Amino acid sequence: MRALFTAILPTLVRRERASLTATLLAPPVALGLATILNLGLYMSMGRDPVAIVYAMLLEPFLSWASFSEVMLKMGPLLLIAQGLAIGFRAKVFNIGAEGQFILGAIFASAIPVWFPQATGQWIWPLMLFLGALGGASWASLTAFWRVRLNANEILVSLMLSLVAAQLLNYLLLGPWKDPNGFNFPQSVMFQYDAMVPVLISGTRINVSLLLTIVLSMAAWIFMEKSFTGYKLQVGGLAPRAAGYAGFNEGRAIWLCLLIGGCAAGLAGAAEVAGPLGQLQRSISTGYGYAAIIVAYLGGLHPIGIVVSALFMAALYIGGDNAMVSANLPIAAVRVFQGSLLVAYLIAVAFVRYRLEWRLSVYRSRP
Amino acid sequence: MNAIEFILAGMLAAATPFLLAALGELVVERAGVLNLGAEGLMAFGAVLAFIIVYHGGGHLFGFVAAGLGSAALSMVFAVIAVGLRANQVATGLAIGILGQGLSALFGKTYESLTVKGLPKFAFPWLSDIPVIGHLFIQDAVVWLSLAATFAIWAMFAYTKAGLVVRAIGENPKAAHAVGYSVIAVRFAAIAFGGTMAGFAGAYASVVYTPLWADGMIAGRGWIAIALVVFGTWLTGRIFLGACLFGAVSLTGLAAQAAGLDVPSQLLASLPYLVTIIVLGIISADRRLLKLNGVASLGEPFER
Repeated sequence: MRALFTAILPTLVRRERASLTATLLAPPVALGLATILNLGLYMSMGRDPVAIVYAMLLEPFLSWASFSEVMLKMGPLLLIAQGLAIGFRAKVFNIGAEGQFILGAIFASAIPVWFPQATGQWIWPLMLFLGALGGASWASLTAFWRVRLNANEILVSLMLSLVAAQLLNYLLLGPWKDPNGFNFPQSVMFQYDAMVPVLISGTRINVSLLLTIVLSMAAWIFMEKSFTGYKLQVGGLAPRAAGYAGFNEGRAIWLCLLIGGCAAGLAGAAEVAGPLGQLQRSISTGYGYAAIIVAYLGGLHPIGIVVSALFMAALYIGGDNAMVSANLPIAAVRVFQGSLLVAYLIAVAFVRYRLEWRLSVYRSRP
Repeated sequence: MNAIEFILAGMLAAATPFLLAALGELVVERAGVLNLGAEGLMAFGAVLAFIIVYHGGGHLFGFVAAGLGSAALSMVFAVIAVGLRANQVATGLAIGILGQGLSALFGKTYESLTVKGLPKFAFPWLSDIPVIGHLFIQDAVVWLSLAATFAIWAMFAYTKAGLVVRAIGENPKAAHAVGYSVIAVRFAAIAFGGTMAGFAGAYASVVYTPLWADGMIAGRGWIAIALVVFGTWLTGRIFLGACLFGAVSLTGLAAQAAGLDVPSQLLASLPYLVTIIVLGIISADRRLLKLNGVASLGEPFER
């Protein structure tokens, strides 16, 4: 006996075309949604929401001193996210930027650790180069595993990040520990020539920010104007069509991972040769993972990523402020980051789909 | 106790967090959904269980809270990835980051605190056998996990529910045409996966190493996802894989106890290195993966 029943159900209907306004509106809507959710959470923890909004979202922009710190923080996030986004658009999910960042920092530190007395203007550029090389070589392991052994790049790159963290610990507790460092797990302080020159005096912003912005522009040109970038995008949107067109999938995977690894490694080098001035255990405060959110929040578009990197950097600085002034644990920043991506994915769904309430007739199964 | 006895005695307990999370992920993937949030779901379950047990709620209630909490978080994933058809990779990562963030936030005031673990029960007679007898002295959760492994194997092998889940993972359109609700089954599978991840986290934080530390899940959720691939989506092989990882994670302790002069960081990265190597070996056989894999894995269902 089959019974008929009807129900009015919400149904998602694919939009003919996503409007540009809606696409641009999605990140700010997501931000609003995430802010409301997190404020609710903070209030339930008994914290003052006004003080938190002020410290976390406004204060970073209110003084030059803190805004310059935002710009400084933005560098690595922007660089890593640009590299990752190229891969994500080609459906190569490198989520091991954290490890590539760490290897970049380690490779770059080799010079000041092994040659602490060396002088010359060539040191910091060479360190940045070594950083990019370190990140790329760590990423090439993932590429090899993916292309030759068919292993999932998400899992391999993530596992390699966990290994990289242990490698960093090993170096800092063993061979690379500063002998005069009171047993702290950190390397020697780098010499003057191993530091990236400061760009704006009175701040910690250095030349690497300039480099990052140039590379962002290069990413935009690469993805929008070059044939290789086009091939990568086709590979992401329609892998089969890309195959028929003779685009080599393995080469695309190698390229995406090497670009991502270079960018993350360069960011790691710029971090140790810039604001830190030594190799430390806490060289990355989760940049590699935060950059994934930055990439998505920027719509995987080079220009969007600049905006989202700026925002995410402000969130880091704001989180530090809130920790001091509103007694908010720094873990709140991670929650905010996570919920931001959640809110963004929800918002983007409504860019692609329209919600309709439809009368449906169902037949129960026999 | 020599190294072999030591590893045999601890292997199953060390394997349990991997096993529980991987069983949950298996059901989710069999239904055609890739949930990469396991790490965050485990961390969230771990902190909920720890808070409850620390405040005297007891282990049973701790596990219940962990299961419900992680299931609730996994429902956020379900709504976005299945309901709103978002990219499953991105959504899983988002839930993973959110879960880890929430666990750090809630666990902040419990950092480095400890609770009491669970007593171990000996299996009569079998536990008296020399050397391998240690295998049969385990806590209740280990025994229950073994039962769960068996139940899930039986469900996929013999029941209609198992068949429906598999059909929906293989060919959601056909399953829909026959009259099964793809969305409802996927939601249920994700809720189940979330619950199991919560249990896995709870086991890690209140039984296996009964203390709270931020980041204590330490990649176990990711290894669990890799285990599903190792096991080529088959319950028995996943169980064997979990045992392997239990043994690997004990190797470090055994090596230290034996006085081997190996850097502790190398031993700590052993599980990750083994994951990378085994993943390469298993995945290299493309035919095997294709044969056992789930056809619609990761693809959103659209009528």
